[in-house]
Amino acid sequence: MTVTESKPRYKYVGTRPVRHDGLEKVTGRARFAADLNLSGQLHGIVVRSPHAHARIVSIDTSKAEAMDGVKAVITGDDFPAVDPSNRNYDMCVNIMARHKVFYEGHAVAAVAASTRDQARAAAAAIEVAYEVLPAAMTIDEALAPGAPVLHDHMMTKGADPPATEPSNVSDITRFAAGDLDAGFAEADLVIEREYTTKPVHQGYIEPHACVADTGQDGHTTIWCSSQGHFNVRSSSAAMLGWENTRIRVIPAEIGGGFGGKTTIYLEPLAVALSAKAGRPVKMVMTRDEVFRATGPAPGTKLKVKLGARRDGTLVAGDAYLIYSGGAYAGSGGLLGAMTVFESYNIANFGVESLNVVVNTARSAAYRAPAAPLTAFAIETMLDEIATELGIDALDLRLANAVAEGDPSTMGFPFARIGFTECLEAVRDHPHYSAPLGPNQGRGLAAGYWFNIGESSSATVNLNEDGTATVVTGSPDIGGSRASMALMAAEELGIDPLDIRPVVGDTEAVGFTDVTEGSRATFATGMAVVEACRTMVAELRGRAAKMMGTDIDDIDWVDGQAVYTGSDGDKAPLSVAAICAKAKRTGGPLTATGSLEAHGAGPGFAVHLCDVEVDPETGVVRVVRYTASQDAGTAIHPSYVEGQIQGGVAQGVGWALNEEYIYDSDGVMENPGFLDYRVPVASDLPMIDAVIVEVPNPAHPYGVRGVGETGIVPPIPAVANAINDATGCRLRNLPMSPVRVLEAITANGGSDG
Amino acid sequence: MLSAMKYASPTTVAEAVDLLGAEPDARVYAGATDLIPQIRAGRPEPAVMVDLKRIERLCAIARRGSTYTVGAATPTADICAHDGLAAAFPGLVEASGLIGSDQIQSRSSWGGNLANASPAADTPPSLIVNEARAVIAGPAGERTVAASAVATGPGATSLSGGEFIVEFELDEPPARTADAYLRLIPRTEMDIAVVGAAARITLDAAGTVAAAAVALGAVAPTVVRVPDAEVALIGRRPSGDALVAVEAAAAAAANPIDDKRGTAAYRRQVAGVLARRAVAIAAERASQPGEQS
Ligand SMILES: Cc1cc2nc3c(=O)[nH]c(=O)nc-3n(C[C@H](O)[C@H](O)[C@H](O)COP(=O)(O)OP(=O)(O)OC[C@H]3O[C@@H](n4cnc5c(N)ncnc54)[C@H](O)[C@@H]3O)c2cc1C
Repeated sequence: MTVTESKPRYKYVGTRPVRHDGLEKVTGRARFAADLNLSGQLHGIVVRSPHAHARIVSIDTSKAEAMDGVKAVITGDDFPAVDPSNRNYDMCVNIMARHKVFYEGHAVAAVAASTRDQARAAAAAIEVAYEVLPAAMTIDEALAPGAPVLHDHMMTKGADPPATEPSNVSDITRFAAGDLDAGFAEADLVIEREYTTKPVHQGYIEPHACVADTGQDGHTTIWCSSQGHFNVRSSSAAMLGWENTRIRVIPAEIGGGFGGKTTIYLEPLAVALSAKAGRPVKMVMTRDEVFRATGPAPGTKLKVKLGARRDGTLVAGDAYLIYSGGAYAGSGGLLGAMTVFESYNIANFGVESLNVVVNTARSAAYRAPAAPLTAFAIETMLDEIATELGIDALDLRLANAVAEGDPSTMGFPFARIGFTECLEAVRDHPHYSAPLGPNQGRGLAAGYWFNIGESSSATVNLNEDGTATVVTGSPDIGGSRASMALMAAEELGIDPLDIRPVVGDTEAVGFTDVTEGSRATFATGMAVVEACRTMVAELRGRAAKMMGTDIDDIDWVDGQAVYTGSDGDKAPLSVAAICAKAKRTGGPLTATGSLEAHGAGPGFAVHLCDVEVDPETGVVRVVRYTASQDAGTAIHPSYVEGQIQGGVAQGVGWALNEEYIYDSDGVMENPGFLDYRVPVASDLPMIDAVIVEVPNPAHPYGVRGVGETGIVPPIPAVANAINDATGCRLRNLPMSPVRVLEAITANGGSDG
Repeated sequence: MLSAMKYASPTTVAEAVDLLGAEPDARVYAGATDLIPQIRAGRPEPAVMVDLKRIERLCAIARRGSTYTVGAATPTADICAHDGLAAAFPGLVEASGLIGSDQIQSRSSWGGNLANASPAADTPPSLIVNEARAVIAGPAGERTVAASAVATGPGATSLSGGEFIVEFELDEPPARTADAYLRLIPRTEMDIAVVGAAARITLDAAGTVAAAAVALGAVAPTVVRVPDAEVALIGRRPSGDALVAVEAAAAAAANPIDDKRGTAAYRRQVAGVLARRAVAIAAERASQPGEQS
């Protein structure tokens, strides 16, 4: 179902052709990084710390080096020393520990051998002596007086007064507006609540994998799956101390990333092993390694206070947010502070947020980083306020929702946004008034993500037969090839299936930032449109030559060069006709577009969730789910729906079952999909995605990023639904059967 | 990994016994849906993997007189598709149908499920309430034991070196008898039971309980029978107070631990709930004419 504000009529944009990469993917022919094998390749295995926190006393690789088939062994000493003042310090010492390990699974060495078994055996023969240190596994442990301090150099940024001693708090962010005390004084109702959430993994199906082949000339080629191969290049170069030009990165298909593949783990290790051995080296993580060593989203402790007038107007908000970034400074605190009060007009607010380090894997981005958790707090509190004041939960949100011109947390005014429209779309949906069965409850929640622009490049090449190739630097992580082809089709007037969208490697297309902030269809799409518009100008010129007239007399109409001059009738020329004569009118037809995109345009979503709770076992089943989201313009509606549904699926898993479980030594106990419970297909109903289209004025087709917002509302939507079904307010994640049953039977309606 | 191992596929029980006798580090398997993940997770590789699925008797479902025999390596998908078993042992067949997914079911077996000796396995509680017997072959010939005697602790069995389960025997249940199995998993499939509960009920003509069996999975090192629940049911209608007593008895009989899959307190409470529900379902089925053969 689609709700559409009046928008231009497009021929191709908004249609649903089969994606160009679809058949290859469903038949198993598409090449993911682990599918690549080079002749003579070696297999690389990482040696990982068994301890959550320890000093590395010594590493003895001699036994391993003497073993059958072993061609190279590396440790931190094989990489340039790096200083904490270097902005890549955290990444570098995370990829390979130097002197200290900060979590169980932290890489300490790597080995390459002729077979995987030989590499494994050699890895097991590397002797690492550790001096085990006490670990701080949780936010509370890391902040406790006398807590083990992870990093001697960590002086809290933003501390007031300035920090004089190292601590586990990496930085503090503060935002404020209005007068907090006056705001709360004005409120008829003030509630204050605390929440805790656990780290969760992005859960991409494809483990990290790469092959690196380093030549005698000191240049290397890396094949890998990532959310941005230019980032793999620069990050690997930083770790190796090389120039970017020595590294070429060829993107493989990607089997899910969700933010987790915006950073790197294996690539510089494979390059270093390959350089040492003089052979290509392939590295593929096991699922176990993915869980122990790659980026979870942070766990949190949140405390939020809201004040409202009797009529429901929010007048004051105060938030104290703590995000654990794992073993290194994360960015959750900043992003949490930017999102916590962003969706509603609250004249007086204060936010203080902390990033804290703990002895768990370094956190990485996960769809709308930090926002699902601030939404958990705000959107469940709004429900409480609505109940307390006797106001409909949706009306309460409508009354306070931000709209065009309202100030954001950072102070700048919102451009045209679609929050109100998303609320109305849910209110008008049949789900909103459908009856509920026994033990069922319904929850509403909204969510917001700001999206970003950044650098993108595209090249359009017209072929001799009038078809086109569109090369971009954005890996296709969610159907973006199809979107690029549709926008190019609209511009050029070529059928989208006659356009081949290609992801170019780092030496085949201009620089393109990593795919994050839901930016591919927005920003890379803009680069495609720019390239196409340059191409259209060129085509008009070529047509003018062919018609023997001036370019100013040629318009581009419906994919054809149309003569508008007064010198009689001239037949219009199609792209194919112009291509056929390209040799005679100036040579090959290519055009590029490269830009720094601005005005990404925030995305809002409103979700409605029905759950059924077994009151005797605490098991929660999601029985109906409707999700509205402002896509600006849905270039390919199926893939917008897919993004919304995927966000819901992951958010429901986060809400109900997903969590990292550690034993008392800080060793992860559930590093596999059996006990790290992402939802399976039968756990979810069909998710009804309602696309709302309030075009983004900054994009030629009105696109807003859609990849992240969808994961923001599910946690509070599920929590509000559980409350509706049981009368129990759960404020700690996950809302597992154990927690729900405890709340129902033991705690008189809350989880403590 | 999985590289240096040898593979053997005997076609008779005798041949399998000889193979196992000749190589002490040989390991039988049926679906290998437990064995391969365990080896991948780092358990030692056996020298020889002995595939039991080529032995006809191990994959056959037959009825001799009033006794069903089910080959120990029979894929649970075949068991679920067997009308006779589904009518006689609906709970056992349901338990078999819960294992993993369609893909897993095309390989997973009762023999593997029982001999793997996971406390959380889904079919053992149902095998036990139905008084299943395991026919075991080994160097000393064949012997038959109660299915309840096979698993002795997590990962441990009473099978001695060179022995394997050939088939299971199940007696046709008496009239007005049915079983049921319920399990608690946080997801809807592809999960490990946090608690499992099997019940089998025989009613007399008046609708009171003539015989009862209740067994719990995942709440102790091995399957737990709940004799107090059985006593509480016999001679009473399977409703009201009798069910309350079942719930209390099952919760009391459970001896669970806190682990990553659930707390002991949760497991104990839910063991009671599931036992009560399983008894009610079994009794309801037993009261339906034509439900039992
Ligand atoms: C994705 C997945 C989901 C699963 N879900 C469930 C579930 O929901 N419920 C559940 O209970 N289990 C589940 N399992 C575990 C497994 O599928 C079952 O235990 C299955 O019944 C094992 O049967 P198998 O034939 O594959 O055993 P195998 O792996 O072949 O054998 C298991 C063990 O038993 C031994 N063995 C096998 N056959 C015999 C025999 N005839 N005599 C003596 N020893 C024997 C083997 O040597 C081995 O030690 C799951 C497994 C996977 C991979």
